[in-house]
Amino acid sequence: MKMIPVETTINGDRTEFLCNSDESLLDVLRDRLGLTGAKEGCGTGDCGACSVTLNGRLVCSCLVLGVEVDGAEVETIEGMADGETLHPLQRIFIEEAALQCGICTPGILIAAKSLLEKNPDPTDTEVRYWLAGNLCRCTGYDKIIKAVQKAAAEMRAA
Amino acid sequence: MHESGCAAFAPFAESWKTQMRYVKPESYEAASAVLVAEQGIARILTGGTDVLVMLKAEVVEPDLMVDIKHLPGMRDIVSEDGGYRIGAAVSSAQLGEHAGVKAMWPGVVEGAELIGSTQVQNRATMVGNLCTASPAADSVPALVTANAIARVHGPDGARDVPVVDIPIGPGKTSLLKGEFITSTYLPARPDNAADAYLRFIPRTEMDIAVSSAAVSLELDASGSVTAAFVALGAVAPTVRLVPDAGAALIGTKLDAAAIAGLVAAAEAACSPITDKRGTIEFRTKTAGVLAKRAAHIAYSRAGGKT
Repeated sequence: MKMIPVETTINGDRTEFLCNSDESLLDVLRDRLGLTGAKEGCGTGDCGACSVTLNGRLVCSCLVLGVEVDGAEVETIEGMADGETLHPLQRIFIEEAALQCGICTPGILIAAKSLLEKNPDPTDTEVRYWLAGNLCRCTGYDKIIKAVQKAAAEMRAA
Repeated sequence: MHESGCAAFAPFAESWKTQMRYVKPESYEAASAVLVAEQGIARILTGGTDVLVMLKAEVVEPDLMVDIKHLPGMRDIVSEDGGYRIGAAVSSAQLGEHAGVKAMWPGVVEGAELIGSTQVQNRATMVGNLCTASPAADSVPALVTANAIARVHGPDGARDVPVVDIPIGPGKTSLLKGEFITSTYLPARPDNAADAYLRFIPRTEMDIAVSSAAVSLELDASGSVTAAFVALGAVAPTVRLVPDAGAALIGTKLDAAAIAGLVAAAEAACSPITDKRGTIEFRTKTAGVLAKRAAHIAYSRAGGKT
């Protein structure tokens, strides 16, 4: 079966891979590139656990074909921290215990980062609507919203 | 699918299945040509939020996937004759960020913006929604009341088709082999005109319409309705334009009698099914209520005062 060569940029690094035509970006990231931060929850674009950004737009990587990212820029959770220094959202999610099992957390962090880039000072309602496509089945959402707001405040002050 | 019931034959079954071919044609003409030449199942890829879900669920297993979103104009919103031409691969999010379209056709934008999550909004397109041809498609009723025109590219070149004529049944469109939509055109508006779209879902976000209504109105300087279009979603096999409902509002300022006429005509146009989302009675009743509310919103947006 002939695979398709794809050239893309992931977290700032130029990356080349071969994949099948019907393979999702999520499967490429996890199974071909070893980037297992994005999780597969539903695989149908409902849960947001596989969230990444594609050319700056928040998307579900399960609903993107690997071949579609040729020439594109992809950002995943693996690119969020600066070396050993966590992104404020990552650090504050830990401080505020805004997670339990952690499966939804990479997707929520990527989605929250994308929100704060667009809207540095969101209302609680805006955070809830923005994250409506990121399902968490452990904590409920209050701690997540609180952590996003605390990180937003810190990032605004920085 | 060539699935074998016997596990021992599974590897053979897998090898029989030919892999889906993925192509990015260099032009509209080339896209039409590969679609015409395809003997198997072909699908167009723009946002992928329906097509890839069906692929994954093995509901539709295309032999050919034609990615067209890189073609000229596909991702552009351009002014044209006082209206806007919206490329077929423009996402709902991109549409919502366009101040001009939002000001001229707020109902069209609010329909598109109701589809799915932030993640889905960044990929999903109105044309994809139109071509999936769900009776409950949120972006379609307001395109219908806007009298939007789809530009269809096919083996014989381009032709323009009213959006209302694209869906012909659940999951079915009037597009012929080799045809695909390249853009939709939202016409110019006079002053004192606006539209609105409402749907009923049993929660606040991320659900499929139980019923829905779009209303587009044009008013004269005194606030009387001079043109009115009403379309209903999820209450018939396709989104339905209801001329009688629009006619009930002409020459009025949405007084009680006009609204009663609108509701009666809307309810009369419903031929829904009963399913897990709602009964025939519930869908019919809510479609009338939503039409009434959408009419009031459109009227107020158009500058009318009741």
